Amino acid sequence: MKSIVAGLIGLAMCAGPSTAAQDSNPCGLAESAVGAVFPMPRAAKAIEQTGQLTVLVVGAGSSALPGPDGAARAYPARLQVALAGKWPAVKVKVITDVKPRRTAADMLTGLGAVLSAVKPSVVVWQTGTNDAVAGVDPDAFNAALDRGVTRAHAAGADLVLMNTQYSPRTETMIAVGVYGDIMRSVALHREVSLFDRFSVMKTWSELGIFDLRSAANKLDTAQRVHDCIGRLLADLLAEAISRRAGDTNKN
Amino acid sequence: MPAAVVPERDLRLDLFRGLALWLIFLDHIPSNVVSWITIRNYGFSDATEIFVFISGYTAAFVYGRAMLDRGFALASARILKRAWQIYIAHIFLFAIYMAEIAYVTRSFDNPLYVEEMKVLDFLKQPDVTIIQALLLKFKPVNMDVLPLYIVLLLWFPPILWLMLRRADLALGVSVLVYGAMWWFRWNLPAYPSGVWYFNPLAWQLLFVLGAWCALGGAKRVRGWIRSPVALWAAGVYLVLALAIVLTWYFPRLAPLIPHWLAEVIYPIDKTNLDPLRILHFLALAILTVHFVPIGWPGLKSAIFRPAILCGQHSLEVFCLGVFLSFAAHFVFTEISNRVVVQVLVSLVGIVLMIAAATLAAWYKRVERRGSDSPPPGSRAGLAGGEA
Repeated sequence: MKSIVAGLIGLAMCAGPSTAAQDSNPCGLAESAVGAVFPMPRAAKAIEQTGQLTVLVVGAGSSALPGPDGAARAYPARLQVALAGKWPAVKVKVITDVKPRRTAADMLTGLGAVLSAVKPSVVVWQTGTNDAVAGVDPDAFNAALDRGVTRAHAAGADLVLMNTQYSPRTETMIAVGVYGDIMRSVALHREVSLFDRFSVMKTWSELGIFDLRSAANKLDTAQRVHDCIGRLLADLLAEAISRRAGDTNKN
Repeated sequence: MPAAVVPERDLRLDLFRGLALWLIFLDHIPSNVVSWITIRNYGFSDATEIFVFISGYTAAFVYGRAMLDRGFALASARILKRAWQIYIAHIFLFAIYMAEIAYVTRSFDNPLYVEEMKVLDFLKQPDVTIIQALLLKFKPVNMDVLPLYIVLLLWFPPILWLMLRRADLALGVSVLVYGAMWWFRWNLPAYPSGVWYFNPLAWQLLFVLGAWCALGGAKRVRGWIRSPVALWAAGVYLVLALAIVLTWYFPRLAPLIPHWLAEVIYPIDKTNLDPLRILHFLALAILTVHFVPIGWPGLKSAIFRPAILCGQHSLEVFCLGVFLSFAAHFVFTEISNRVVVQVLVSLVGIVLMIAAATLAAWYKRVERRGSDSPPPGSRAGLAGGEA
C-alpha cells in the first residue's frame, strides 16, 4: 500500500516523495483505516505553483499536549515534520489555531479571521469533542461544519475533518457517536477528507499498540500517540493531494 | 361503531422483545467485541426500533383490553402508574451511574484526555445535575430509552382512546405529529444543551404503529405484507442497506457511494427516527413475519424460552441490562478488556438477565397461586405489556 501511495505521489509531484522515514511502521496501522480520502486540488495547485504548503490546524484541547515541550510533541508539529520528510523540496508550514473547550460553532466564529491571516492551502479541522460533551444540537453541529467547509473553500483552502479521540474511560459519559456520524456524513456530502482519529485510536487500543485505558499520567504514551497521528495525517494529506479530481475511487 | 378487537397474545412479541433487550445490553457496553453480532452493524435500524414497536404493540394489547373492560379513567390511571414506575427505575439507574463514573474517574489524569475530562464538570455542581436529571433533561449516555418510554406512555391514553374507536385516525394523528416534527424540527430540550437523543415526537410513530397493528391493523394489511412483492422489496432493501453500512466500516469504500445518493440519505438520523430506519425496521418485520409464522411450533421449544421470559419481564430486564452495561464498562477499564473477557462479560450479563426474568416469572406465578382473586393488573403483568 505504501509503495502504491508513494507512486501516486510521485506521479503528481515533481519533487518526488521521500520514503526513507517510512521503512518501519511504528504506528502499526493499515492506511485504509485512516479515513475517507477526497482530492485536494487547491493544495496540489499551491504546491505546484508556489512550492509551498501551508496547513492550518484549527482545533480544541485534543490538538495539544501539556508540558513544556507540548507544542513540539503535539500532532500539528509532528505533521509538519512528517510532511517535510515526504516532500523535501516543498516549503511546509503548519500553523495552529488551537484553544481548549471550543465547539465547532466556537471555532467557526474566529475561522474567517484566521483564514485571512494565515492563508492556508489546507485546513485540518479537529472538532466534535466539546460538542459531544455539551450535547450540542446535532443539527446545529452539522450546520457549523457545513459552513466551515464553505468558508475554507472560499478562502482557497482544502479541508480535512478530524473527529474525536477514542477515549475508553469516558465512553459511558460522552456520546461521541452521533457527532462522529455527522462528521462522516458532512465529509461525504461536501467531498472533503475525513481523518478518522476515533477509529485509528480504537484500533491501536484493540491491537495493544497503545494503552489508552490507563488512568495514570503517562506523558510519553500521549506523545507517541500524537506522533503517530501526525504521521498518519501526513499520509492522508499526501494521498489526497496526489489525487486528481474525479479520481476518488483509486486505492 | 364496533370496537377494535383485542387479539390473542403472540409469543413472537415476547421472543423478539427479549432478543432486542439482549442486543440493547450488548450495544450499551462500549467497545464490546460481541456487539458486532447485533443488527445495528448490518443495517440502518437497531434493537431500539424492535423494542419500541413491540412495546407499543403490547401496551395496546394490555391497556386496550383494560380500557374496553374498565373504562378510560382506570386504564389511563394504570398507564400513568406504569410511567411512574419507569421514572423511579430511571432515577435508580441514574444513582448507580453517578457512583460508577465518580469511581472510574477519581484517579483519571491522562494527558491525552484533558479535553474529555471536562465532561466531569457536572460532578462539581451536583445540585443542578440532580435536579436536571429529575426533570429528565440531564440524561447520561445510554440512559435515553426509559425517559422516551415515559413520554410515550404519557401520550398513550388519548391515542389509545382514539385508536379503540377510529384506529386509522389515531395512526394518522401520529403520522401528522411525526411530519410536523420534521417540518418544524421539534424536540424536547436537554441539559446542559441540545435536545433529547430519542426525540419522543418522532419515536411515538413506531409505538403507535405497534399499537395500531395490535388492534387490528396487522390483520388488515396481512395480505399485502405476505405478497411476494413486499417480500422481495424488503429483501432488496435490506441488502442495499447492508451495502451502504459496509462503507461505514471500510471508509475507503465511502467514495463509492454516488454523491447524489449520499446527498439524499445522509445523515441517517437516529434522534428523529429517520424514515430510512423505519423502512429498514419494516423490512425486517415483513421477513420475520414471513419466516416465523404465528403458530410456529418452534416458539414453544426450550431454546427460545429464555428470550421469551426476558421479553415478558421487559422493564426489569431492561433496567438490569443498563446496570450490567455500566458494570461491564467498569470491568473493561479497571480490570481487563481482553477479547476473552469481553465475551465472558457479555455472556454472564445475558445469563443474569435470564436469571432475573426467571425469578420474576416465578414470583408472579407464586403470587397468583397464593391469592384466589388475582390483583388487578396482574394479567397485564403476565402479558408483559407494561414495559
